[in-house]
Amino acid sequence: MFEIFGVPSQALFGQLLIGLINGSFYALLSLGLAVIFGMLNVINFTHGAQYMMGAFAAYLLLQYLGLNYWVALVVVPLLVGASGMLVERLFLQYVRQLDHLYGLILTFGLALVIEGLFRNYFGSSGEPYQPPDLLQGGQNLGFMFLPNYRAWVIVFSLVVCFVTWFVIERTRLGSYLRAATENPALVRAFGINVPRMVTLTYGFGVGLAALAGVMAAPIYNVSPQMGSDVIIVVFAVVVIGGMGSILGAIITGFALGIIEGLTKVFFPEASSTVIFVIMAIVLLIRPTGLFGRTA
Amino acid sequence: MRVAASLAFALAAIFANAAQAQNPIPVKIGVLTDMSSLYADDTGPGSVAAAKLAIQDFNPAAHGMKVDLVVADHQNKPDVGASIARQWFDVDHVDMIVDVPNSAVALAVSDVTRQKNKVFLVSGAAISDLTGPKCSPNTIHWTYDTWMLANGTGKSVVKTGGKTWFFITADYAFGHALQRDTSAVVEANGGKVLGSVNVPLNNQDFSSFLLQAQQSKAQIIGLANAGGDTINSIKQGAEFGITAGGQHFAGLLVFLPDVEALGLKAAQGLVLTETFYWDMNDATRAWTKRWQVSRPGKFPSMNQAGVYSATLHYLKAVAALKSAADGKAVVAEMKKLPTNDPLFGKGMIRADGRKIHPAYLFQVKSPAESKYPGDDYILKATIPADEAFRPMSQDNCPLVNAAK
Repeated sequence: MFEIFGVPSQALFGQLLIGLINGSFYALLSLGLAVIFGMLNVINFTHGAQYMMGAFAAYLLLQYLGLNYWVALVVVPLLVGASGMLVERLFLQYVRQLDHLYGLILTFGLALVIEGLFRNYFGSSGEPYQPPDLLQGGQNLGFMFLPNYRAWVIVFSLVVCFVTWFVIERTRLGSYLRAATENPALVRAFGINVPRMVTLTYGFGVGLAALAGVMAAPIYNVSPQMGSDVIIVVFAVVVIGGMGSILGAIITGFALGIIEGLTKVFFPEASSTVIFVIMAIVLLIRPTGLFGRTA
Repeated sequence: MRVAASLAFALAAIFANAAQAQNPIPVKIGVLTDMSSLYADDTGPGSVAAAKLAIQDFNPAAHGMKVDLVVADHQNKPDVGASIARQWFDVDHVDMIVDVPNSAVALAVSDVTRQKNKVFLVSGAAISDLTGPKCSPNTIHWTYDTWMLANGTGKSVVKTGGKTWFFITADYAFGHALQRDTSAVVEANGGKVLGSVNVPLNNQDFSSFLLQAQQSKAQIIGLANAGGDTINSIKQGAEFGITAGGQHFAGLLVFLPDVEALGLKAAQGLVLTETFYWDMNDATRAWTKRWQVSRPGKFPSMNQAGVYSATLHYLKAVAALKSAADGKAVVAEMKKLPTNDPLFGKGMIRADGRKIHPAYLFQVKSPAESKYPGDDYILKATIPADEAFRPMSQDNCPLVNAAK
């Protein structure tokens, strides 16, 4: 066994894997943000609250309807996604044509309202949620103990990320979407219902946030502030990746998870700031982000 | 003539009474707390409810007093807490600040309170320096502190065989103080500290730190953190097979709402130290029922109980002095009066500002052992009042040294 900077290599492999797992959450969340920004030009600050709603919806389904994790994985994104569409119809459609700042402030306000409502009802210390029976326990990999649930998280989020990227970048539906972002009037002239497509896209992005919330429920404390704890980091990920770039969001999510994981070994005190340091450096060198297109 | 004289006397008496009734002694209490973040369930709105109960039970009108209550959220930021305190004292005529979870904020507020000669009753914060090097003639540390937690949980764990320790520590004043005090107890009892890691406050994912703790091969992983951080550590520790691998957690600061949030399945077996549990006796149960009127479905933490007890004792001292203006004088009076309330029983306040009462070592019940909501703890041991807190001789508190 060899050592790297005084840390045994085995320990380092473990940390890399953990970084990758956390990265998959960043990737899932920033993916939703990137889809919404790329297609709707809205900076969705409600994303963290919608992620939290996903986790709480999973808890409520289990607590009051006895529906387990697997059902929640399907039902919750649909439910929360539908609530997102309602938000889009009621509020967002009116600010889309305005400066980004209006959408940002609107969604930020909504996030505060949603979080406040949940805190008022559930309190701040959170609710318990156990991993599904099928994924309890874990594997001893020699260099670390890998809980089965974490392995599932990483595989599942990779699949979701790939499918989303594929649908938007490689299918006909995706090409409509992208075209509608570039020139809505022209796309409408071809007989495509652009406003409905926009609503559905926002619902889809919100559904992704809720999905991440369901996946987070068994491992993170299900509490009203879980979204605001993570959303700032996710925004940094999106900015580093390049606003609106889907591939950028995915790759940056995983990469930053790993960098953060390594920081937790070598300089744990800085683990909550390292991502923002990287963001500052990236913005200095490439203001459009690593994968962003220059306007 | 005699009739006229007695009439005059009676009139004078009525006027005197009326004057007193019109000008009751004004007292303004500020609950400075965490209303919106990780400590909001352990303190927050529940602390406000407790302070209101204390005022109600004291019955200000009967003592010729008028008590107002204000509330603010310090957002766990020392600068925010200090500036609210300053505004309260200077502009809003607040006489006493109570609660203040988060040690960093409490230290800042303690400084401001001393400058302005008001009163600060710490119920929510843990750092034992408040009655040590940072002690103040205007501050009383009420409910618990890091030394008491270390002495309770730390000592009992070492004595039952947990000799080697690794700390996961919240990276601010509180976490460092708790680790320092616990390390001292561990080493004094023949144990050894193998390592520690400082984690930023409000961290979501602890798996990286848990892995470091696993690799240290320490028998005990000491959690020198609180609230949401402790919940996440224990929840993810179960996932990473910490207990299955023969290691055990020592939750150095665990509140009842944290146990409720973890669920008994994840929290069972955890040993912890508190100075109050709602299900201790008839008096605590009766009080909890009244408290639950404004906090339905919740159970009070020791911090919230401490807010009640501290506020009640403060009002008694103000009534004795007939004024809340001089903070130092009120604190001196509070130290002079013996304490007595339904939640902590009889007690006293030492010269260094430390409130003294017994501490209790609890173990969290398994889901099968819990018979009704909130039935979470088994009492393992009672640490008598004179042993529960750091002896004044080890304080390094300038107030005590000056008195010698």
